Amino acid sequence: MLKLKQEDIDNLAALARITLTEKEKTALLPTLESIISYVGEISEVVTEDRPSKVGVVKNVLREDVQTRGSGEYTDAVLKNAPLTEDGYVKVKQIF
Amino acid sequence: MTITLETITVASAHEAMQKGEYTPLQLAHAFLDEAKKQNPDMNAYLEFYDDIEAQAKIASDLFASGKAGMLTGIPVAVKDNILVKGKIASGASKILVNHVATYDATVITKLKAQGAILLGRTNMDEFAMGSTTENSAFGVTKNPSDTTRVAGGTSGGSAAAVAMRGALVALGSDTGGSVRLPASFCGLVGLKPTYGAVSRYGLMATASSLDQIGTLAHTVTEARELFQAIKGHDTLDSTSMSDELTKEVSQKSKLRIGVPRKFVDTPGLSQDVRDAFLSTLEHFKKEGHEVVDIELPYLKYALPTYYIINPAEISANLARYDGIRYGYSSESDNLREVYFNSRGEGFGEEVKRRILLGTYILSAGYYDAYYNKANSLREVIRDDFSKAFASVDVIATPTAPTAAYKIGEKSSDPLAMYLGDIFTVTANVAGLPALSVPMGETVDGGKRLSLGIQLMANMCHEELLFQAGSIVETAWQHQ
Repeated sequence: MLKLKQEDIDNLAALARITLTEKEKTALLPTLESIISYVGEISEVVTEDRPSKVGVVKNVLREDVQTRGSGEYTDAVLKNAPLTEDGYVKVKQIF
Repeated sequence: MTITLETITVASAHEAMQKGEYTPLQLAHAFLDEAKKQNPDMNAYLEFYDDIEAQAKIASDLFASGKAGMLTGIPVAVKDNILVKGKIASGASKILVNHVATYDATVITKLKAQGAILLGRTNMDEFAMGSTTENSAFGVTKNPSDTTRVAGGTSGGSAAAVAMRGALVALGSDTGGSVRLPASFCGLVGLKPTYGAVSRYGLMATASSLDQIGTLAHTVTEARELFQAIKGHDTLDSTSMSDELTKEVSQKSKLRIGVPRKFVDTPGLSQDVRDAFLSTLEHFKKEGHEVVDIELPYLKYALPTYYIINPAEISANLARYDGIRYGYSSESDNLREVYFNSRGEGFGEEVKRRILLGTYILSAGYYDAYYNKANSLREVIRDDFSKAFASVDVIATPTAPTAAYKIGEKSSDPLAMYLGDIFTVTANVAGLPALSVPMGETVDGGKRLSLGIQLMANMCHEELLFQAGSIVETAWQHQ
């Protein structure tokens, strides 16, 4: 079975931008090990290399044009933002 | 006239409102009263909407002007990850606890246009990750048949709402069985449509290549009626299918039903489920349909394939929850800490687990071994199904290996819980439509627990599922 170290969990959490408590790290480690070991079984299956093909469902993109009136949703969208100022989303200092 | 919630159907309610036996408002209140009475025990609803009268007025006007359709005035429960403009939509997550939807999902636009009445939003596993609704940030939803058991998930609230007669029908979403599993556990019919048949616009993304909005109801006919009301091409969903592709196919005089015996014979399959499944197959034969064994050699890899693609897409999709644009935001000193702490404090355990899993799977060095391999296998599994559907109309398996289990029974072992999705994930991996229909019951601790059969068809062949589902329904009701 695949073994993970505590540093592996720290590294994944850092990449995913998530703070974990010590208790969470301890609880997550064995479950990630068992799940990754389980899904890793597919590496043993011999298949030809089959890149995903475009099936009947495919991404259809529209023309790059404005579809809504300017400012139509601004107030409603900003109401959901934790911090705003003068019609902008406000963030904490970056450094 | 009194409204008998136990026997009412969409069609009977439609007829009664058409005749003026009761009004949409009276019907909505009958369901709401029942829902409010039971909800403290069941925890099916997270919120009851406060504009029922205004919604009922629209329905009444449609009846008065002769423009009422089948869904007009029908009380519908809505899963908490489907956006209804001006209402909270939280995905049952702390990180979106006060998030107010700024627009209607396409399915909601369609239901509103037909004058359906949205009663409220229902509980679910946080961001649709789980199999039991135990992963909600707002407490578990209980199974109306036995409140010590789970209702299934992730659309557990929608299923419980309908099962407890607190809504006539409900919308759920299905990424790996999230409509079908709670349908099976709560004795309902649950449909996961063909990928692309129903617009995903306004559905919170869990795993975008797997997600579909589905329907929950007491009968096959009602699940079909709700599906017909919400399906259709939508330019706002880039993977929406053209109406030409999703055109209804004709039912068949004789169905050929394929059973992947080797796959069904999993060690975790309970005896009750096996017995009910075999006797349902016998019923198909008795009714003049053909039941044949089929081989789907790669189907056993659908579950690990699913649990690679699902967390990979989740880890990307949930990057948007960062404490900046909406939802919960942690008080922190700088931007980096806002990200880390908002996500750390706002997400529940299973969501964190899937994001970390997805991050692992997509990291350099593992990407080929896991993600690319899973995508290759996905194509091979699709081929398996294509070959099978050249010779059969419908593929049957149980929906779940067991009946509803006890609350807490599997919550400490996520892998054991994932294994319960073995039959349902197959349809999402291949993009196929699938229907769960009650096929029997088992008695445990003096409580009657429902068991479901899963029927799968080729893409856009939902109509064959409704046909096969009606046969199961008749068999079970006549026992």
